[in-house]
Amino acid sequence: MQFLKLIVRNTLRHKLRTGLTVLGLLIAVLSFGLLQTVVGAWYAGANAAAPDRLVTRNAISLVFPMPLHYREKVRAVPGVKRVGAANWFGGIYQDPRKFFPQFAVDAAQYFEMYPEYRFAEEEKRAFLRDRRGAVVGRKLAETYGFKVGDTLPLRGTIFPGDWSFTVRAIYDGAETRTDTSQMFFHWDYLNETMKRRVPRRADQVGVFVVQIADPARSAEISQAIDAQFRNSAAETLTETEKAFQLGFVAMTEAIVVGIRIVSFVVVFIILAVMANTMAMTARERLSEYATLKALGFAPGYVAALVLGESLAIAAAGGLAGIACTFPVAAWFGTQTGTLFPVLEVSQATVAMQLGAALAVGVAAAVLPGRRAARVRIVEGLRAIG
Amino acid sequence: MKSIPLAYSVRNLWTRKLTTALTAGGMALVVFVFAAVLMLDAGLRQAMVSTGQPDNVIVTRRSAGSEVQSGVERPQAALVESQSEVVAASKETVVLIAQPKRDSGTVSNVTVRGLSPQGIALRPQVRLAAGRMFRPASTEVVVGRSIAQRFAGTGVGERLRFGARDWLVVGVFDAGGSAFDSEIWGDVDQMMQSFRRQAYSSVIARLADPGAFDALKRRLESDPRLTVDVKRERQFYEEQSAALSGFISILGLTLSVIFSIGAMIGAMITMYAAVAGRTGEIGALRALGFRRRAILAAFLAEAFALAALGWALGLGAASLMQLVHISTMNWQSFGELAFSFTLTPKIVLQSLVFAAAMGFAGGVLPALRAARLSIVDALRAA
Amino acid sequence: MSRRVSPPLIEVRGVSKSYRRGGQVVPVLHDLSFDVQRGDFLGLMGPSGSGKSTLLNLLAGIDKPDSGAILVDGVDITGLPESDLADWRAAAVGFVFQFYNLMPVLTAFENVELPLTLTPLSRRERREHVSAALRLVGLADRAEHYPSELSGGQQQRVAIARALVTDPKLIVADEPTGDLDRQSAAEVLSLLEQLNHEFGKTIVMVTHDRRAADHAHAIKYLDKGELSEGADLLERSVR
Repeated sequence: MQFLKLIVRNTLRHKLRTGLTVLGLLIAVLSFGLLQTVVGAWYAGANAAAPDRLVTRNAISLVFPMPLHYREKVRAVPGVKRVGAANWFGGIYQDPRKFFPQFAVDAAQYFEMYPEYRFAEEEKRAFLRDRRGAVVGRKLAETYGFKVGDTLPLRGTIFPGDWSFTVRAIYDGAETRTDTSQMFFHWDYLNETMKRRVPRRADQVGVFVVQIADPARSAEISQAIDAQFRNSAAETLTETEKAFQLGFVAMTEAIVVGIRIVSFVVVFIILAVMANTMAMTARERLSEYATLKALGFAPGYVAALVLGESLAIAAAGGLAGIACTFPVAAWFGTQTGTLFPVLEVSQATVAMQLGAALAVGVAAAVLPGRRAARVRIVEGLRAIG
Repeated sequence: MKSIPLAYSVRNLWTRKLTTALTAGGMALVVFVFAAVLMLDAGLRQAMVSTGQPDNVIVTRRSAGSEVQSGVERPQAALVESQSEVVAASKETVVLIAQPKRDSGTVSNVTVRGLSPQGIALRPQVRLAAGRMFRPASTEVVVGRSIAQRFAGTGVGERLRFGARDWLVVGVFDAGGSAFDSEIWGDVDQMMQSFRRQAYSSVIARLADPGAFDALKRRLESDPRLTVDVKRERQFYEEQSAALSGFISILGLTLSVIFSIGAMIGAMITMYAAVAGRTGEIGALRALGFRRRAILAAFLAEAFALAALGWALGLGAASLMQLVHISTMNWQSFGELAFSFTLTPKIVLQSLVFAAAMGFAGGVLPALRAARLSIVDALRAA
Repeated sequence: MSRRVSPPLIEVRGVSKSYRRGGQVVPVLHDLSFDVQRGDFLGLMGPSGSGKSTLLNLLAGIDKPDSGAILVDGVDITGLPESDLADWRAAAVGFVFQFYNLMPVLTAFENVELPLTLTPLSRRERREHVSAALRLVGLADRAEHYPSELSGGQQQRVAIARALVTDPKLIVADEPTGDLDRQSAAEVLSLLEQLNHEFGKTIVMVTHDRRAADHAHAIKYLDKGELSEGADLLERSVR
């Protein structure tokens, strides 16, 4: 079609300018995609939550523990299938910057509730047999080179003293969004050790993870659990795992909002660049548009030429930017290690990138296109580029 | 070197207003992001630095990342208090409570500090803004300015419920923008009882002679009866913000650099077009006797003028951000921290240099092209 | 009456020039030699592509020949490095182009002042020279106007004012009336004549317009890189 031929040839007329504009769009779309992906990583925990899991914590805040004997009471609540204790350990591996999550858990129960953590059977059995054994996720193992049989020393902060574990198993995630940057060890070992070191801090649980038979009854069961402990020394708050994870996100809401805003700022930057390019291009070609109109082409045709060129450039830059997002996100993921355990470019992100590129392409062409369509033939022919 | 009048460069920007506006606008957005990030980091640091007093020392359990994680047993605390260098000390307990925010209702962790009248005295930057101070040995509390603004149930006369008790809010205090503005204060013994705690979180002490710090630190940290870290209060709070500050800086600066490439490309496109549209003028100027260097300088000046315009707009917008207050969870202390954007002269200078670098990077290649034109070609192409 | 009392202003000796166009070498000027006397008003004519503009560029020092020498007032400009050539141009040559080549963002005054910024003159001295030049071309009242506010003929006159404000020995004009209507062209040409007649400026003008050429005193034809004499119109100079 002549129309398409004109558009393509026109974009190639000024290779340097078109090239620079496409490059600018590439960078902008790439940045936008990366930022949205980082925001997505924030919600990784909430997205990986299972509907049949609840989290019970001390009602005051996570900082306060609950007595161990609550476990049996929670287990007795109708609708509860399994209960496991879990304490955030928060130890230091070599130096504080080498951060990864560490939990002391009721191993037998916990991993039944998290079927998305996949084990090799012998490794799992070896872990269950060894009181000082530890389980590490695949991503964590790769980041620090942990292998089965390695010693994992940790310096306690919340639970003081030096601790040493043996890596017995490495788990993989069932899906790409499963967090494999975590380390687990036996809650019983934590408790025994604390009985010796600081007895008054023994038999205290950080959170209970509760698996229920029927996800539809989660609200009801949550309230039933909390009712057990109302007016006691440690009142509890039970919520779905998703709500629990979202609670963390909410606390750093300001940062998430900030990143989202900034990701849209970049779109405006590139809109300015693109609009400038199209305005300049259209201005230089005013006499050509006038000629076309003189020849009999409709004003709409001329405007469509401008729009078509703008969209062609936007599409080229947008698609290139989208293509670059995947390798760059992967690279970013390896650089940040366990800070962002799940860094996945979602379909929604790609759709937004495409949308942004096209929106920029259209917006940049509006004024120049209108000007081109409206140029008075006589004036346009007189103008020398 | 005889240079082309500056008016030539600047007026050419004025002639093509739309192009100048768009190009400078792109640069302004980048400068805005750059300056805003720096301002945010400066605001965070300022909040933390102003929290620590230069002659105060804070004692926590060894390797504890924050007061919340720390536990100092009673005998240990007594030992610290009795040191000869210490002229005043306060044994304190710090916990987090989950409270809903006023407007959104979302729950966030608020730092609650149990302290004694000595503890209040050790924080001279704190002044009462409304109501009165809590009475010792009562279940009264005072809240920091930021907490009173953001969290439900924290106004004077209201009651907070935690630790199986009701606590009456009797006053609001102003801690001069420091981290204490995000805390709730009450009586230490009441709080210890209420939370069933046997150990304190930390001991804050003032030294008679600040220079005695090193000797005290050495003695306490090597004492076998104690497992403590001794730090100057300033340093302690600086470390508290290190992770968040690092994150903001790295993310923000990375973004600024990436964005600046986009703005620079915009400047390059504009300047290339400017050169292409004025080859006749360039030829005439060279024919008149202006050297290549003068041409280079004139077009670089135009690019710098664009950047200066972008800088002024971007910085102006960023300075408006000083009206915005941020409140987020500090990753290390796990508690909510309020701070704001702070504009410093250093940031003004840094953003100027940044804008100039963008202008140079965008303008140098086109300016070189203009300078390299042979006179004959330039005149012919006109 | 002999004018040959002083040495020639311009001496062209064996000058050749070719251009590279798309891989091919196109010879434009071949072993050209001639003189231009002080106070001459020389017209260069010839078909398009004959190299007259090229020759003009060489005389004005904005291009260099492949071989040969060009002496202007005793100075061999072909041997000068680029930076010295720039300084030489500023002092010795005034340019008048077909499309005026004024800076659109500078006023008439500022455009005329431009060559003076290359000299050590003070601001007040510059102002005096510019005013004088503008008065000479009859545009003193348009000093603060921008080129876009002036007609073609007025713009060319501003260009002429710019060309003579540094009091150069030589004025080169490349198709000065090419873009003007008959009336304006006549004004410009009579102005050039005045500069030559009253102020003794040596003028070399390239033109394809016979009427323009009539104002010159002598005409040389350039065809296929070879120069030939035209009718000597010396008598016409007495008016």
